[in-house]
Amino acid sequence: MKIMIAEFAAAAFVLFARAITAVRAIWPEHGLPSRPCVYFANHSSHGDFVLVWAVLPPRLRKQARPVAGAEYWLKSKVSTFIGRDVFNAVLIEREREKRTQDPIALMTTAIDDGSSLILFPEGTRNQTDARLLPFKSGLFHLISARPDVDLVPVWINNLNRVMPKGEIVPIPLICTVTFGDALRIAPNEGKDAFLERMQAALLALAPKPLGSGE
Amino acid sequence: MNTASSDLLTLVFGIFGVLIFASAIGYVLQRRFAATGPNDAVENLNARIKAWWVMVILIGIAFIAGRAGVLILFAFCSFAALREFVTLINTRRADHWALASAFFIVLPIQYYLLWAEEYGIFAIFIPVYAFLLMPIISVLRGDTERFLIRIAEVQWALMICVFCASHVPALLTLTIPGYEGRNVLLIAFLVIVVQLSDVLQYVWGKLFGRTKIAPNLSPSKTVEGFVGGVISATLIGASLWWITPFTPFQAGVLAFIITIMGFFGGLVLSAVKRDRGVKDWGNLIEGHGGLIDRLDSVVFSAPIFFHIVRYWWSLS
Repeated sequence: MKIMIAEFAAAAFVLFARAITAVRAIWPEHGLPSRPCVYFANHSSHGDFVLVWAVLPPRLRKQARPVAGAEYWLKSKVSTFIGRDVFNAVLIEREREKRTQDPIALMTTAIDDGSSLILFPEGTRNQTDARLLPFKSGLFHLISARPDVDLVPVWINNLNRVMPKGEIVPIPLICTVTFGDALRIAPNEGKDAFLERMQAALLALAPKPLGSGE
Repeated sequence: MNTASSDLLTLVFGIFGVLIFASAIGYVLQRRFAATGPNDAVENLNARIKAWWVMVILIGIAFIAGRAGVLILFAFCSFAALREFVTLINTRRADHWALASAFFIVLPIQYYLLWAEEYGIFAIFIPVYAFLLMPIISVLRGDTERFLIRIAEVQWALMICVFCASHVPALLTLTIPGYEGRNVLLIAFLVIVVQLSDVLQYVWGKLFGRTKIAPNLSPSKTVEGFVGGVISATLIGASLWWITPFTPFQAGVLAFIITIMGFFGGLVLSAVKRDRGVKDWGNLIEGHGGLIDRLDSVVFSAPIFFHIVRYWWSLS
């Protein structure tokens, strides 16, 4: 029963996200990896992972699990249900001092079990005018533990305008989700160099700002 | 069967005939030019023809469903067009409520007024009420940056996508003596003339186009295409007089006005696209781009056509 409600809710979320945003996915030249991989995306709205999740082909969608903050999703019964049962999120504790479980261990377990992850390496929603916040080191630690996993950059465009922070009514605007070609960590690549390369790969997918002419 | 539905049936068979003919040409071209390798022009043509089938069938279903069907179809068109338009304009967080009310209050009210046939308020609701209320909602947040541009853009979006577009279904509200129960054919006349004019301008331009008419705005539009398209669409409009309350001559004149307005509508909205640095308004219709790419000529011709018919032919 609970599973049925969760599946129904998931379908409803996808339908709603699609109806509002008419979201269009732009695929990488070489296609998406079919083995478990890590999708890493820019983060500016609560709906980000729903949109990535919604555009993934059904087979890949089933194995994709968003990584989200436990303290946010475990706040109430409803949000716990949505986080755990509907989206099957890997819930990690973001505050270092209060941790009872190692986030990297949780993520590697999920990958070992055959899941893909949807990760937001900025760590928090970007409310600034900068296109991307500096990446947290989690992505590096995760990929150092599982170096043969593909990393797929994903740029989510316009969703921050659909539902800015603090608003409850979404504005229907067209969103695009652009997937880049899969990347790997290079042998002996240092943390800073790796994170910088990942940031650049993600930014390269961002469309030019509107009204910049041709 | 009354004359309205038998005329509609004749029209539907005619349109299906044209589409079957177009599909056959597309198939032949595909076999001849695209068999050896991909050919973008032929593939785009076939995608467009396929989309035309879908659009004709959707409009057909709306016509069969009657007034409610037509209103729902155009309300959806307005919604999708507004979404494409607002996606491309300058907005800031302070405009959130103004935009939300454009989508969820102004648009539904405009179509409700059509349903209720309240012409007196339908005609001024957006140009007067929404015009003044939008800036009021936005100003409450106190953000003055680029205020005039932001407000003007939201109002343009509403005027083009909701106000102008709603004048197509508004043709249903006219009362023309001797034409009772046949108003849906007026919509068919407008849509057929305007869309055929677009297609014929494209075809004439491809066949004989030499002189670019507005190279800065639309590289594909040519003088030859324009002249050929306008003349042939006007003649087709005149030959469709039997579905309208007009004489053949009047039908031709109206078709001429529709095609001219449609042409400039396309030009104006393509200037907007150029300004925003995009090629298409969206990706809703395969081969055509966004919905506004298909509706640009309709939104400019519909209000003029509506008001001409209302002034000279309608009692209401």
